[in-house]
Amino acid sequence: MNSAADIVFDEATKTYPGSVRPALDALSLTVPAGEICVLLGSSGCGKTTALTLVNRLTELTGGDIRIDGTSIREQDVIALRRGIGYVIQQAGLFPHLTIAQNIATVPQVLGWPKPRIEDRVRELLELVGLPHGEYGDRYPAQLSGGQQQRVGIARALAADPPIMLMDEPFGALDPVTREHMQDEFLRLHAQVRKTTLFVSHDIDEAVRMGDRIAVLAEGGKLLQYDTPERILHAPADDYVARFVGTDRGLKALTLRRLSDLTLEPYAGGANGTALRADDSLRTALSALLAAGADRLPVTDADGHPVGTVTVDLIREAA
Amino acid sequence: MTPMATGPVIPDFGTVSPCVRDNGLFCADWFAANWSSVFWPALAQHVRLTVIAVGIGFALAFALALLAHFRRWLVRPLGGLASFLYTIPPLALFTLLVPVTGLSVLTAEIALVAYTLMVLFKSTLAGLAEVPEAVRRAGLGMGLTRREILVRIELPLALPAIVSGLRVATVTTISVVEIAAFIIDQGLGSPIIQGLQSPFNTQFIGAGLLAVALALAADGLIVLAGRLLTPWATMRRSA
Repeated sequence: MNSAADIVFDEATKTYPGSVRPALDALSLTVPAGEICVLLGSSGCGKTTALTLVNRLTELTGGDIRIDGTSIREQDVIALRRGIGYVIQQAGLFPHLTIAQNIATVPQVLGWPKPRIEDRVRELLELVGLPHGEYGDRYPAQLSGGQQQRVGIARALAADPPIMLMDEPFGALDPVTREHMQDEFLRLHAQVRKTTLFVSHDIDEAVRMGDRIAVLAEGGKLLQYDTPERILHAPADDYVARFVGTDRGLKALTLRRLSDLTLEPYAGGANGTALRADDSLRTALSALLAAGADRLPVTDADGHPVGTVTVDLIREAA
Repeated sequence: MTPMATGPVIPDFGTVSPCVRDNGLFCADWFAANWSSVFWPALAQHVRLTVIAVGIGFALAFALALLAHFRRWLVRPLGGLASFLYTIPPLALFTLLVPVTGLSVLTAEIALVAYTLMVLFKSTLAGLAEVPEAVRRAGLGMGLTRREILVRIELPLALPAIVSGLRVATVTTISVVEIAAFIIDQGLGSPIIQGLQSPFNTQFIGAGLLAVALALAADGLIVLAGRLLTPWATMRRSA
């Protein structure tokens, strides 16, 4: 239905009442349609403020935000919000409604006919990997944290909004579930291509999720807005460099996969466990170090050999 | 002196059971014989007085709680007023009202309603306030209007608190209705008061037992209705 829309922050400023310093200071950036932009920073840097300005849970005190060229100030606030998917940390599911009813909420208030709502709910539950037959009639309290957040995402997608706002959606999950959900969301995003603003305080998450990362500092100042590669390889200043960490060289390796490299020819039974072509360079380096080897075989998803990776190849790629 | 009477001085009650003759604590035969003339009408009146009082009290308290929910500055004055009404002893409130509205059902109902207000107002307001902020924010963020948030989210989530308020209010009203028998000849309080003035036990013990049974049954019914209305609240345990 709706294709993605771009989001333009134009000197967007928020100063809370009773505060002299702005929480967000003249933020200007463009999120191209269909991309994921991670708003990254420590607490108090205004990243959640920036996010909620878009759906006007927080009102601008200066500047403007435009979605697909239209200022959010000019739109009816209820209509604006119904066109934006919103996912928050604890999922914020309605505990008294079943999973299916939770997802159906916005389509219902939009007045969709019943069969269309039912089809949409079924489709979305399938999309987030919770079959309707098994989960549709359960209540949120009967689901794990990760499952609840999948429902939160499905609910945000219900009316097929062109934009998604995600406020530390995986922050309350354990590390294993969090990583799994990040992958799930990336898979989902590849299918639906919503323009996504994603708040995080975790550089690893930002590097995994973001097409672009906006690093914000205290006082709501934008320090750098760039691709993860650029943020890791060329931090704009010392603050960004410190924030991304001294292991940014290693982090950069997570951005590339073995399949991106020109591997050496497969040389047969090298020692150690074979790597998979979709493993990241970081995983490959770790495996090489753990095996104490210079080279390891690489296979495709079905276990067929595709080549050999060496420490030198990784160093050249980094 | 002329003889006062030729017949027996003590009126003929017909054949009575040994229990009634010995004035036992509770004579089931007498209770059954007087069910349709004494106990059933009193029970029916008691239920009617209670239902009207709790019904009107809930409608009033609910409206006031909604008002206070949206106009937070009203919480203190309205809560204070309801608390004040609650502190007046029932018998005093009845007697205070008699000069205005007489020895009438109206007098009884005004006082009864006044007693339900505090607990119903406070439980409804507390139920609305207990809705988790994340849930309210999610609703707001997805574009629900204030009214939709109230109807779809806040009121259903306030139901368990409202139901517990209704339980307390109903059981309290059932006891206060008994005291209302001091001003109106209605409800299970009437046979109790009359029974207390005579040495015969079964009348006031029977009426007393009925009042206890009524309170227990009403409480049980409300709990059951609450469970049916809030399946999600009991589901939680089976998760």
